[in-house]
Amino acid sequence: MAGEQSASKKPAVITVNTNWCKGCEICVAFCPKDCLEMEGGKCRVARPDDCIKCMLCELRCPDFAITVE
Amino acid sequence: MSNDRPGKVRMMQGNQACAEGAIAAGCRFFAGYPITPSSEIAENLSVMLPRLGGKFIQMEDEMAAMGAIIGAALTGQKSLTATSGPGFSLKQETKGYASMAEVPCVIVNVMRGGPSTGMPTLPAQMDVQQARWGAHGDRGVIALTAKSAQETYEQTIRAFNLAERYMTPVILLIDEITGHTTEKVIIPDASDIEIVHRKKPDKDPENYLPYRFTDDCIPTLAPFGTGYRYNVTGLCHNETGFPTNDSNEIQCLIERLTRKIEIYEDDIIRNNELMLEDAEIGVFAYGSVARTAQAAVRICREEGIKAGLLEPTVLWPFPTKAVLAMAQKVRAIVVPELNLGQMAREVSLASQCSVPVHKLGRVDGSPIPPQQLVEKIREVV
Amino acid sequence: MFDYLQYVRQENFPHIWCAGCGDGIVLKALIRTMDKLGLSQDETVMVSGIGCSSRTPGYVDINTLHTTHGRAIAFATGVKIANPDLNVIVVTGDGDATAIGGNHFIHAARRNIDLTVLLYNNYIYGMTGGQCSPTTPRGANASTAQHGNLEPAFNISGLAIAAGASFVARGDAYHVKKLETLIGKALQKKGFSLVEVVSPCPTAFGRRNKMASPVKMMEQLRDTVVSVEKWEKMTGEERKGRFRTGILRDIEKPEFTAEYAKLIEKMRPEE
Repeated sequence: MAGEQSASKKPAVITVNTNWCKGCEICVAFCPKDCLEMEGGKCRVARPDDCIKCMLCELRCPDFAITVE
Repeated sequence: MSNDRPGKVRMMQGNQACAEGAIAAGCRFFAGYPITPSSEIAENLSVMLPRLGGKFIQMEDEMAAMGAIIGAALTGQKSLTATSGPGFSLKQETKGYASMAEVPCVIVNVMRGGPSTGMPTLPAQMDVQQARWGAHGDRGVIALTAKSAQETYEQTIRAFNLAERYMTPVILLIDEITGHTTEKVIIPDASDIEIVHRKKPDKDPENYLPYRFTDDCIPTLAPFGTGYRYNVTGLCHNETGFPTNDSNEIQCLIERLTRKIEIYEDDIIRNNELMLEDAEIGVFAYGSVARTAQAAVRICREEGIKAGLLEPTVLWPFPTKAVLAMAQKVRAIVVPELNLGQMAREVSLASQCSVPVHKLGRVDGSPIPPQQLVEKIREVV
Repeated sequence: MFDYLQYVRQENFPHIWCAGCGDGIVLKALIRTMDKLGLSQDETVMVSGIGCSSRTPGYVDINTLHTTHGRAIAFATGVKIANPDLNVIVVTGDGDATAIGGNHFIHAARRNIDLTVLLYNNYIYGMTGGQCSPTTPRGANASTAQHGNLEPAFNISGLAIAAGASFVARGDAYHVKKLETLIGKALQKKGFSLVEVVSPCPTAFGRRNKMASPVKMMEQLRDTVVSVEKWEKMTGEERKGRFRTGILRDIEKPEFTAEYAKLIEKMRPEE
């Protein structure tokens, strides 16, 4: 499935700047597809393939620490 | 009418002369809040400024007026506010901000009697120490004074020039007598007036530092909107304008805020003297009281008392050298003022206690008549 | 991908705000809106007072002016009148704008001067350690109201409407897309425009009021915010414990700097 979609829709690249992330967990708690996890007090991208690029993690990250491509 | 200088002769109040001086200096922004006895400055500028494309705004209080002139100054405008005692007290915090952020602007205080509401319509000189120390924190301060409408005109122009040259708020302290006395003012030709503009950046935005540490100690603040994007704050900041917690940077900044006035003292300070060369009794008087002192010194001379006058036109930085020089010549110094000895204290310090300093303080809302000062001088003799 | 970095002063990051503070979320919404509207960084000025929200200008690469407590709107008024071509944005907080700066807030609204005020309402003085503010809810706990706050809270948007603002909206840090729309409308409005943004302060407010985690505070926003449209259809009982977001006022009226420009034109001596 994912392979078929990739021609028109590239998989998401979620980047976390752990130097800026303060570990508030907002991104993890409100991700509708549960792609993110906490690890060592910071956000970690656990399941990027599940990402639907809703951008909510990026939009709600107070620390300018997450980008979704 | 004999004029000792070229120009147009007009009759006006000191407060109007202040407004005229501001316009001549290039001031195109005024923000204020009504308060007696300064309101005529605002009233005059509310008429004059829009005619010149300038901006006038009556703000909701004195703090707002002070904030507005700083905001306007950061767009490159020469800006002014005018107030009196209680309003001057309210402006102190924001005035300190202008010192800290090094924003040029002019604050006129037409002094009335205090403390508190005090005597709204009567003169005093009770704010002279507040002008120096009213805002919290260490910094250099420039405060000018004037004793006539003519001098108010000239000193208003000078206040703007000093503000622009040294990037600092400049205070002009006149009093109710000077503000409300209508008298002759000679308005010189615009081409005969020296006008100073603040430094412009000599670097492109990439290499620009608003508070760059330079030998002259004076920052270069580009007007907002001209492509130089920087930060202005009242927090301790470094050369970039951003807040800092670095102890070296903080020490440098606060020392510079004082030093940048100190190193230019000889350029800033100007005194008038009357028969001081051979004086045995020195009088130190400023503002409207200097007019009393001029008359009193002349009366004393007629009576055979060798009195002389040192009249500062700049109160801060304090004319320490001139006072010390006078103290070394005379037997005693008399300081008449419309307060209970605010400047007499400075005179004592500056004279290094080498001669007795006698206060003559009047705080009942009346001017000091020459005869009262003559009597004091006789008593000292 | 949206490039925030072109609008921020990266050297000042990570910012000073606590984990889960809404201030960063609101700033990002503002940056995206500025970008969408094509606001020139050279011709935009951000003015702030004192408090957590007022530290915002330090992070944005535009002309920035961090002033004294309560006076941001006064400074901004001077900037705007002196140079009406500049876009002037004020970033302030509930304490800064409606306690110590209340007078400037209402008078700028009355004057209808073209400022865009982003007011972060977090119900508390966060920077100084959680003292109660004019918007701390009655009964809530604060470091200066440890027995529960006795005072009723200001309705900030209502205050701005009553004072004469031409555009008033309320948004929140959870509903970020809607917030962006509201900020966009405020920036485009020629007149005094306010966006009151309800923004979580987990550290100083949440911890004292049984919402210690940032997530919990965001959930509360999710569950208590109601759109103005829906609000109209709700009963008094249903509205209890909730608040509405959206455009609360949008009217046309004379704007101060435009009126002043007309005055100058009228005064111009005839050729």
